Amino acid sequence: MSLSVRLTHALAGFDLDIAFDAPPGVTALFGRSGAGKTTIVNAVAGLLRPDAGRVVVGDRVLFDTALGRWLPPHQRRVGYVFQEGRLFPHLSVRQNLAYGRWFARRAPATESQDRVVEMLGIGHLLDRRPAKLSGGEKQRVAIGRALLANPGLILADEPLAALDVARKSEILSYLERVRDEVSVPILYVSHSAAEVARIATTVVVLQDGKVQRQGPATEVFGDPSVLPTGVRAAGAVLQAIVVRHHADGLTEIDAGGARLFLPLIAQSPGREVRVRIAAHEVLLSRGRPEGLSALNILSGTVDQVRAGDGPGAIVSVRTQAGPVLARVTRRSADALGLAHGVPCHAIIKTVSIAPEDISGLV
Amino acid sequence: MAWLGPDEWSAVALSLKVAGCATLVTLPLGVFVAYVLARWSFPGKQLLNGIVHLPLILPPVVTGYLLLLTFGTRGPVGGLLQEIGIVFAFRWTGAALAAGVMAFPLMVRAIRLSIEAVDPGLEQAAATLGASRLWVFATVTLPLILPGILTGGILAFAKAMGEFGATITFVSNIPGQTQTLPSAIYAFLQVPGGETSAMRLVLVSVAVAISALMLSEWLARRVANRVAGT
Repeated sequence: MSLSVRLTHALAGFDLDIAFDAPPGVTALFGRSGAGKTTIVNAVAGLLRPDAGRVVVGDRVLFDTALGRWLPPHQRRVGYVFQEGRLFPHLSVRQNLAYGRWFARRAPATESQDRVVEMLGIGHLLDRRPAKLSGGEKQRVAIGRALLANPGLILADEPLAALDVARKSEILSYLERVRDEVSVPILYVSHSAAEVARIATTVVVLQDGKVQRQGPATEVFGDPSVLPTGVRAAGAVLQAIVVRHHADGLTEIDAGGARLFLPLIAQSPGREVRVRIAAHEVLLSRGRPEGLSALNILSGTVDQVRAGDGPGAIVSVRTQAGPVLARVTRRSADALGLAHGVPCHAIIKTVSIAPEDISGLV
Repeated sequence: MAWLGPDEWSAVALSLKVAGCATLVTLPLGVFVAYVLARWSFPGKQLLNGIVHLPLILPPVVTGYLLLLTFGTRGPVGGLLQEIGIVFAFRWTGAALAAGVMAFPLMVRAIRLSIEAVDPGLEQAAATLGASRLWVFATVTLPLILPGILTGGILAFAKAMGEFGATITFVSNIPGQTQTLPSAIYAFLQVPGGETSAMRLVLVSVAVAISALMLSEWLARRVANRVAGT
């Protein structure tokens, strides 16, 4: 099941004019706040009527202004996970979960309530009211409620924005399970590079109401010209396979033939993982470094150097493992003579890779 | 109620009947008008708002006279209704109509406030889960505004119990027919030696008003707690 979106809509300050096709899996709409991300999902859900456009999920046309077709929200079969959960306060968790199922009762259920409850770990909450749930629990119930409404598409608009760091990571793990165990495509809105790097199959980068770039997460995050949320959030994403866990608490992975060491992760050997390497944690060296405590050294050649407005620059290095971004000062870049085609080494401290930067893929 | 005389008792019973009917019959309309005023935008919305509030700001005697002109047996609406056997003039039904009209603005205000307090995001969420507008109203909006409906209803009931000016202008003051509690108190005060009866009815009025207020507070709190799930 795929999703095709094209729409134009006048917003305060700029015009939204976007088009993208999303393959199955998680497609992340990524961009800074106010880039028009929520407008897009609201138009897909039918909560906002855009000036013009067409949205198709699989073979169902949700709206097409050229044909004058407009399905009301309740006929779209779109499961929407809102930022604030929006659980019904007067209903128990069980009744909240059953709400959408009841309206979709004539269609064969794609997901059983038992399976969704088990997958999201909300069995012990069923008889509670939303007022008695924590923020993370509310979001898990909201995800379950959307899944059980038999949706052809799930929309998630910054579902983690209201949560603390620990809860974010927890909900992301549940969303990864949904992505890997349920065949429904997900359109995921976020302004957090770490979140998107972890969950997205495809990334659609929005800037000033336009699609700036679209592609697999590894490609988009490895491109130093695409930094919609600023240089501080820059970081490349490497795809790798778990090789083995070591007794001293390290996990060895294989990224395109290069061996890297991470802090111990849960994924078993043979599993595919995705690792985000924050650009400001990467050191560059012209010569092969000796006597260094860092465990991970990737050799490659400089692809491009992009100077920022301040003292910094982003350097992209082509390595065996894929593109790696490093954030260094312009002074260092000049001193090392970094330019396209220059060989260099990217140095990554194992301990600089946080558990939130690593995600398992099926 | 042995200490109430037959005339006094009939006034109390009539008032309860009039106020009860006025409240129950106008409640659905009150919810609808409050919803329209809270959630829809259309040309003429301020006009509708003004008409709803008119009985609150007009002198009650004027409202009663306008009702007499409209719903009297020779009035444009009253004449039509008489053809199908519905008569308001000088009947208890007329007293209920006057009480209902006078209480309507209070009811609508209370319900409108509670509708405006409902997060439209919840209604949007219900729509994305497959609920049509009518279902959204029945399963989300209505349960959440129940405290407001109760408050509005009981406020309207208390107002209807005390309605005097419009009632006496529209349907006069006929014992056993249209003589409600306030009309009876007024009548007793016009005759020598009626003070004792009037005082007894005053006590009944106070008791009914305070009970209604306490009942509404208690019910609204209970329902609000149940709705909020705390």
